[in-house]
Amino acid sequence: MADPVTSSTGRSASRRSGRLAKPWLPWAYLAPAIVLYGLFMLFPLGRAAQYSFFEWDGLGASEFVGFDNYVALVQDEQLREAFGHALVLIFFYAVLPLCVGLVLAAILTRAQVRGLGFFRTVIFLPQVIAMVVVAVTWRQIYAPDGPLNGFLRMVGLESWTRPWLGDYTFTLPAVGLIGSWVSLGLVTVLLMAGMSRVPRELYEAARIDGAGAFREFFAITLPSVRGEITVALTLTIVAALKTFDLIYVTTSGGPGTSTTVPSYEVYRRAFQLGEVGAATAVGIALTLIVFAINFVVNQIGDKK
Amino acid sequence: MKVSGLEKGANYVVLILFAFIVLGPIGVILSLAFGPQSASVGREGRIFHWENFPDAWEIGRFGQYMTTSVTVAAIVVVVAVSASILAGYALGTMKFRFATPLFYIFLLGIMVPTEAIIVPLYFDLRTVGLTNTVWGVAFPQIAMSIAFGTYWMRTYFRTTNRAMIEAARLDGAGSFRILWQILVPIGRPAILTLVLLTFMWTWNEFLVPLVMSPNGDVRTAPLGLAFFQGQYTQGTALLAAGAVLVALPVVVLYVFLQRHFIKGMIEGAVRE
Repeated sequence: MADPVTSSTGRSASRRSGRLAKPWLPWAYLAPAIVLYGLFMLFPLGRAAQYSFFEWDGLGASEFVGFDNYVALVQDEQLREAFGHALVLIFFYAVLPLCVGLVLAAILTRAQVRGLGFFRTVIFLPQVIAMVVVAVTWRQIYAPDGPLNGFLRMVGLESWTRPWLGDYTFTLPAVGLIGSWVSLGLVTVLLMAGMSRVPRELYEAARIDGAGAFREFFAITLPSVRGEITVALTLTIVAALKTFDLIYVTTSGGPGTSTTVPSYEVYRRAFQLGEVGAATAVGIALTLIVFAINFVVNQIGDKK
Repeated sequence: MKVSGLEKGANYVVLILFAFIVLGPIGVILSLAFGPQSASVGREGRIFHWENFPDAWEIGRFGQYMTTSVTVAAIVVVVAVSASILAGYALGTMKFRFATPLFYIFLLGIMVPTEAIIVPLYFDLRTVGLTNTVWGVAFPQIAMSIAFGTYWMRTYFRTTNRAMIEAARLDGAGSFRILWQILVPIGRPAILTLVLLTFMWTWNEFLVPLVMSPNGDVRTAPLGLAFFQGQYTQGTALLAAGAVLVALPVVVLYVFLQRHFIKGMIEGAVRE
């Protein structure tokens, strides 16, 4: 790309002036990325913000409606419900795996048992399997005559059996547990990496002071992995908010509207109901929420 | 650290319990995939019904969908990784105005949910005739991958040895030769990780191909699977076999190169 001789002299000149002699050089390297990223990420993001102030069915003329689509986010019963469901999913994707993962990582790091490498590979596996495959698998497990109900009958809990994905109360938690199953590996592996970096001497010292396993966990382990907890929460909360494939394949938002989520509402409104403006407003709101969560969780994580 | 034998035993129990929780559902889908397609076939008494896979390949058209997936993934990986290496090189090794704000703009893209951009992307790409084409499915994913890729490669280039670059420069090597003949060969592990992650994300992506190809011309493997589930309702053996086929390429890569996957997803998440 650059002629070797001129570029080497250019560099020595740049060291004197503190600037590159060829100021366009970095931009030449950046050009392909900026063009592609600008055209297919930044531009549509701007367009989404623009669409969100209009009412448009995707075909005919559009009408400027100001903030109406955003007001609907708060007033529309179904959208409020969708965001409520997202909160439930956050519990299953983020909070539950974090609690289980903390205990799991702590006891596994405490005693260096054999087979830990293999375990890490296994527990991380759901992270690399396509969500559609995960969803198809769990649909079979939750089926009325599937393995879960079969197991319940076998252990004499006949009364607990139900169509897990066709029940107004239990479908959302059932879908949420699939999310827990996927998140657990990521959270545990992250925490194990953090805990293995805690200096052994800290634990030795605590032992001499007579601290038990619980004191050790709360006094040493938990504060040491504050950074990893922050990362784990950010990743899993964002994953919960972006749940789309899972809902699309397992329930399509049903039964009724008992499992719709914001992502699914974006798709449904834009491409099935012809409410393009309303759909983009949900998308923009989702983006702002994701940014806010990143910001807040990192603020809390950085303290102390 | 020394712990009692009892605690060690208890830890093995926990280890095995959680391995079962994770592997249980995978066992369910595998046993369905190898199971008989119907009760009459089941009476033949064979344990492994391998024929499910070629049957699913034919009846579920997975051959066609996998070909589409390979094409889309190849385009996204080649274009996104190349652009990311070039951009990461500039941001990681050169000093210039707006370098920092530009870096944050790329970082922003990692967080933007696909749901936010997919709606205008569809309508604008429809206007220019890119929907229902491989490029319409690939371009949005290239942009999403560049956001992470640029961040990832910049991190790598910042850790490279300055003295070595300086020495090459004094020998008269241009900036592109330094990148191509020195930094890229040394950076192979970092680049391989990026290639694997980009491949995985593209292969598993659902929303983009769903929206960008409404008539189903460019149906990738996960989409084909979701579609097959709706269409094919006679038994579950072929559906399960299809699910295994869709998951297989990434899982095989993961089994052999798991360090790259775990390292990439863990370190890629820890922003500075």
